[in-house]
Amino acid sequence: MSKQAQHWEKTRGLLMVTLAIWFVFSIGIFLFGAEMETVGGPFGYPLTYWFTCQGSLGIFVILIFWFANRQEKIDEEFGFSEKGGDD
Amino acid sequence: MIKGNFIDNLPKVYGIYTGGFLAFIIIMAIGEQMGMTAKAIGIAFVAFTVAIYAIIGYLSRTAQADAYYVAGRQVPTVFNGMATAADWMSGASFVAMAGGIYFKGYGYMALLVGWTGGYVLVASLLAPYLRKFGCYTVPDFIGTRYGGNLSRFLAVVVLTVASFTYVTAQINATGTIASVALDIPFQYAVYVGLVSILLCSMLGGMRGVTWTQVAQYIVLIIAYLLPVFWISNKMGAGFFPHFMLADEVARIADLEAQFGLGTVTNSAADLATVPKGLAGITKAHSAVNATPWAFISLALAMMMGTASLPHVMMRYFTTPSVKAARKSVGWSLFFIFLLYSSAPMLATLSKLSLIDPNLATGIIGKSISEVQAIDWYQNWNQANLMFVSDFNGNGTLELNEFFMGGKAVVLATPEIAGLPYVISGLVAAGGMAAAMSTADGLILAIANALSHDLYYKIIDPKAETAKRLVVARVLLVVIGFAGATIAAMEIQGILGSVIWAFDFAMSGLFFPLVLGVWWKRANREGAIAGMALGLASGMGYLIWVRNGGSGFLGITQLTFGIFGSAVSLVSMVVVSLITSEPDAATQKMVDEVRVPAGKSILGKH
Repeated sequence: MSKQAQHWEKTRGLLMVTLAIWFVFSIGIFLFGAEMETVGGPFGYPLTYWFTCQGSLGIFVILIFWFANRQEKIDEEFGFSEKGGDD
Repeated sequence: MIKGNFIDNLPKVYGIYTGGFLAFIIIMAIGEQMGMTAKAIGIAFVAFTVAIYAIIGYLSRTAQADAYYVAGRQVPTVFNGMATAADWMSGASFVAMAGGIYFKGYGYMALLVGWTGGYVLVASLLAPYLRKFGCYTVPDFIGTRYGGNLSRFLAVVVLTVASFTYVTAQINATGTIASVALDIPFQYAVYVGLVSILLCSMLGGMRGVTWTQVAQYIVLIIAYLLPVFWISNKMGAGFFPHFMLADEVARIADLEAQFGLGTVTNSAADLATVPKGLAGITKAHSAVNATPWAFISLALAMMMGTASLPHVMMRYFTTPSVKAARKSVGWSLFFIFLLYSSAPMLATLSKLSLIDPNLATGIIGKSISEVQAIDWYQNWNQANLMFVSDFNGNGTLELNEFFMGGKAVVLATPEIAGLPYVISGLVAAGGMAAAMSTADGLILAIANALSHDLYYKIIDPKAETAKRLVVARVLLVVIGFAGATIAAMEIQGILGSVIWAFDFAMSGLFFPLVLGVWWKRANREGAIAGMALGLASGMGYLIWVRNGGSGFLGITQLTFGIFGSAVSLVSMVVVSLITSEPDAATQKMVDEVRVPAGKSILGKH
């Protein structure tokens, strides 16, 4: 398999993981919104309420930075990263 | 403004700017103590901030296509994040969102999840690849990837429909705020707002818009967070509201039960006396009160719409590299998160300060005549944003007898909570910044697509840069005036039309964009079918439901993009498979897009 095909395979793998996490916190948990509401969440908020106000939103922020770092590692591994432009 | 120097000095420049703005707030506060009138403070806030944006717009003037269309592709990650956040958070986010959460509770919070979760799709599916492509506009990508004028033209059509729907709402919002702050009629205020918007973008294009949007973000985030923290501290609810309002949320739930929320309802005859546009509290504040599908479908539509809206996507064309584009999406969402996570807190504080009888500001349980004598009640009642009526004739204000406009949650809460007027002036400047920055991004997206893709690429490919930029600027003004004229007619509410824009964008553009990168087999015929049938079916569904159609699968007029994009996906895949695969050159181009290193497909960066 060519270097490019391997790079793309790893990139696609990372995409799948990223989308899976995204799916859980944007859609998956809200299938159980009513059930989760009775559970206490962080800072004493009802759990579903907390996810809609802060939880899911914060997880998305962290997820994007994590994704960006992982993708950079993959690009470097195959020598496909750009030179400079790091700001 | 010397380029290299300016970019290196950005933190210093915006640091001084932020300090200057804080100093201005303090001067206004002192002015208020010395007897400056509320009206003068309002005018000073709006005039001062708009003048600064105009100066930035003037200093960013340019005659180069690269600077005009993509800010020279040298906007650093964090600053592009701020600019995107301002571009993204519109009058709807700033003025209407907390109000929506206040009235609708859980069902509405799908928008919070949707308008943030979409950025995961932007970062992972699209932004880095479109940056590598090196295009000036979103239709530029479609036109080059799939080839042919028809695909480019259809992308321009989808972009224009979605962005124009969106922009009228933003010009409407600038007009509303300008008319309140400057005390002039709405019909004129709309054009005052428009001129302010054009001052930012006309001379400098994307470069001017970028640097004004950073300035606007700073104003709007200060204007949103300061009152939230102040009210929370004043009320004794906690010095950091985001982590400390659990008791207040529980207290609201207790009060809702005590006041008979959901059991005491108003008759239709009573409701008919309530002024149009005002609503009472009918939904629980924090309880789950929507079906899972209603919540999820709205969130999903907003997420896919986010990843299809051209004015957001084109912000990532301005970063120096592919790597920077990815990181920049993270920063964008971080800056958006600061405001979005505060909106439910503002809604909580606002609601509690109005309904809790134990607080001095609470009005439920007071006598109707007492409430009607309160200063702020009279002000906001006059502005047609607040209303009480003694339906049951017991002389006391009940929860179901109090009505408010959605905008009032953000605009009136500082006054209700007893904050000085300087805060209300600040909030007006923040709302103006939010609506202006989004309107600028949208008008620029439309004008650039028409000037670059329609005029330069399709009509006159030999046009020189100077002529192209003249066309771009003329279009900017024309589209702005068209938007303002429609906004002045006040056809639809701010929030509804914003949500429609997301649905239009996802119906026509989501799959042609995503599959353009992720499916090599996607070809021109498929993309044309995907865009044309997706937009047509989405629009058809909307018209059908608006005219009394029952809809299916629980898809409403707010989520019709789910139907449109499904049609788009199916038709694109089917048509691509029954027609021949893209030629070798196109396939090689897709391979190159998938790798960050090397030259971009178009242009020299």
